[in-house]
Amino acid sequence: MSSSASAKTAAPASTRAKPANKAEAAADYLDGRLGIYSLAKSNLRKIFPDHWSFMLGEICLYTFIIIILTGVYLTLFFKPSMGEVVYNGSYAPLNGIRMSEAYASTLNISFEVRGGLLIRQIHHWAAIVFVAAMFVHMMRVFFTGAFRKPREINWIFGFLLLFLGFFDGFLGYSLPDDLLSGTGIRFMEGAILAVPLVGTYIAMFLFGGQFPGTDIVPRFFTIHVLLIPGVMLGLLVAHLILVFYHKHTQWAGPGRTEKNVVGMPLMPVYMAKAGGFFFLVFGIIAAMSAIASVNPVWAYGPYRPDQVSTDAQPDWYMGFAEGLIRVMPGWEIRAWGHTLNLGVFIPLMLFPLVLLMIAVYPFIEAWITGDKREHHILDRPRNAPVRTALGAAWISLYLVLLSGGGNDLIATHFHLSLNDITYFVRVGSFVVPVIVYFVTKRWCLGLQRRDKDKVLHGRETGVIKRLPHGEFIEVHAQLPQDKLHTLTAHEQYEPVELPAEVDENGVARKVGLMTKTRAKLSEGYFGEHGQIPKPTAEEHQEITSGHGHH
Amino acid sequence: MSQDMSDDKLPQAHGAGEGHGDVAAADNPFADPGLPPHEPRRTDIDERAAKRAERQVSLLFIVSMLATVGFIASYVAIDPSKIVYVFPLGHINALNFALGMTLGVALFCIGAGAVHWARTLMSDVEIADDRHAIEADDDVRADVIQKFKTGAAESGFGRRKMIRNTLIGSMALVPLSGVVLLRDLGPLPEEKLDVTGWKEATPTNPIRLINMNTNLPMKAEDIGVGSLTFAKPGPSALRPGGLQESDEDFQEAIATDALMLVRLQPTDIKDPQSAALGFEGVLAYSKICTHVGCPISLYEQQTHHALCPCHQSTFDLSDGARVIFGPAGHPLPQLKITTDASGYLIATQDFTLPVGPSFWERNA
Repeated sequence: MSSSASAKTAAPASTRAKPANKAEAAADYLDGRLGIYSLAKSNLRKIFPDHWSFMLGEICLYTFIIIILTGVYLTLFFKPSMGEVVYNGSYAPLNGIRMSEAYASTLNISFEVRGGLLIRQIHHWAAIVFVAAMFVHMMRVFFTGAFRKPREINWIFGFLLLFLGFFDGFLGYSLPDDLLSGTGIRFMEGAILAVPLVGTYIAMFLFGGQFPGTDIVPRFFTIHVLLIPGVMLGLLVAHLILVFYHKHTQWAGPGRTEKNVVGMPLMPVYMAKAGGFFFLVFGIIAAMSAIASVNPVWAYGPYRPDQVSTDAQPDWYMGFAEGLIRVMPGWEIRAWGHTLNLGVFIPLMLFPLVLLMIAVYPFIEAWITGDKREHHILDRPRNAPVRTALGAAWISLYLVLLSGGGNDLIATHFHLSLNDITYFVRVGSFVVPVIVYFVTKRWCLGLQRRDKDKVLHGRETGVIKRLPHGEFIEVHAQLPQDKLHTLTAHEQYEPVELPAEVDENGVARKVGLMTKTRAKLSEGYFGEHGQIPKPTAEEHQEITSGHGHH
Repeated sequence: MSQDMSDDKLPQAHGAGEGHGDVAAADNPFADPGLPPHEPRRTDIDERAAKRAERQVSLLFIVSMLATVGFIASYVAIDPSKIVYVFPLGHINALNFALGMTLGVALFCIGAGAVHWARTLMSDVEIADDRHAIEADDDVRADVIQKFKTGAAESGFGRRKMIRNTLIGSMALVPLSGVVLLRDLGPLPEEKLDVTGWKEATPTNPIRLINMNTNLPMKAEDIGVGSLTFAKPGPSALRPGGLQESDEDFQEAIATDALMLVRLQPTDIKDPQSAALGFEGVLAYSKICTHVGCPISLYEQQTHHALCPCHQSTFDLSDGARVIFGPAGHPLPQLKITTDASGYLIATQDFTLPVGPSFWERNA
């Protein structure tokens, strides 16, 4: 064997160019082990389109990071224990009062730890902004049709993040074990008890015995700081990877097609803009926490199951669930030695269902259109009237329920009858979304007509001309080509038609219920009442070819 | 279902053959004119404007540095309990305000500087990048499916049914260990939700009602007409000192035992059954709302209505605590009370119905 001979030869020289400086050498080292050059090749100058609404997702990401950072700090001081202590600290009104260690340590964070109150408030404000931003971000994606293929799965990831965000927020404000948060937990126990068959078992297992017990805060703590954030972090990373992989959507406009993405590169523009935006968001939330108090737990006192404050309210995102539970009639079915508490169980089931309605929408729309192509150009909300109207109706349902959740505050602030508000919400939950649906759809169709008018007849110049025979007209100016293109770039589907009653051999064809339903829905979406046909080039030519204005 | 529906109703793919009817693409007024030319900004062509932007960005970063110094100085110098008046916020904690504002400015200025830098000095030339279809082409697809089939065939998963079935069986069973381990999370419900601390009360060993505020037993005349009095159980065999805040299980006990006492004119009581459970117009109801368990704390003496502040369930205490408004599904349970030889209010038995929210096993 010649191995002994070859072992003595020098290592073969690398074919790679010599690094020009230490930074390049370090990058070469990492590339040899991690393959960073291949990774950076397509990503370093990755193009991101610019639009203000694309920042909403960034706010979600940044508030999530802020919550993690401040949350870790809070765990250094918070004691997730329901062991009883007698408070003896710098908040004099509560001195000598019995309370859980969780509550006492929250008071300690708020009054003794320097900056503790600030971090606690940043944590809470960031959580409120986080859920709000996820909500608005989801609405942006919904109303622009950004959920269409290939992004349906990322839509689901986003929806799960919103849903988990709700729960983690609820668990978070339950931890201090103050009078308000304890009331929220009691409410949760009551809701669990309403579950048929297993409700009492779930409640006993969750609380480690009878309410309130001493297990719930430490258990919630682990779920709040580890389990849910862990799952959310995984979903968030997957969400971002898919955003990179799919490349961002963009608005229609000159030079923008389904085959390209137009904007500015990640390095340097978006590193500076998006990176800077993190500091802007963090800075604003820090300033908010300096001037606006959130959840002043010391004012409520420690939790006791026989005490409550009036105007007990959850954080805003749980408000619609609160509305459901407040306005639901107290239906109970008592039979065969059992009680079915529909008055609580139905709201408990409606809570996820209301959210699920919006989550499954992309799949329903895809089924109706039958469109299997990728879509990267966003829809203007007006160009998808039925979708926009459905989204608006959903938001109105959410808001009606939210007002139901605040019925006591509305009653006291506006001197209205609480009973009347409740009755209004009961009826309004059904009626208001229907009204909003029709108003929004008409509005969209009106805007489509205006766009068509602008394309065919040009824009109003404000110049009034008197014709020889005395008629006054306003001079219209043709839109430039880029505007004409932008206003006509959207696609319009035609409604699917049912197959002929008999096939080509004259045999009667069976048309299934699903096929019929789909055809009906398609007619509603894309039929003559669902959209205004966009102007054609022939129409434009005919009008602009010199027959003057009408 | 959709195979018999034509797909030719789909509009033309965007960008591929602008399908605007018969008009030739050249004179199509709606055709894509392509990316507009780049319009230079002031800072692109005027070196002085660029210099000014550079100074502005640096100034923002300097302000951030100063704010961080201010943050540390505030942390060291300001007493955490110091309250100051800040217009228009009012009297607020000085340290929280100082730390929050300095941190806010320090962070905001970094962000503002970076964004200003990007907007004024970095290139704003729009670049078009190609997209590639997410789905693989047919060759890749066929190749992958073939590879999977080869792998599946080599594993014998489909052919060796016994291995497959036993594997599925073992995988289905193994999580059961995890489920079993959850059993000790809590006790079984059994009768726990059906009884309260008043169950120790019997005609021979009654339990006195103790005023929650004074911690003393009460006589009927101590309860004024039109007021709401809260009570808890007094001494019993199990709790010789009565229910006290210092008891280890105080929270669990008060969550079921809390009482709400009201005194009505006997003629005002509409429900004779309810009147019989009371003593000379004093009625003892559970304080725990039957909706989801909030304590009821609001009372309207003219109408005898008690209102739960959480979800506004309203009960008519003169009519057996019947639900007259709101989401509660059944009346508040009433505790039978009487007086002992010394005239103190006592209970001689537990509630006859479970207190608090409904549950599946509730038999009423």
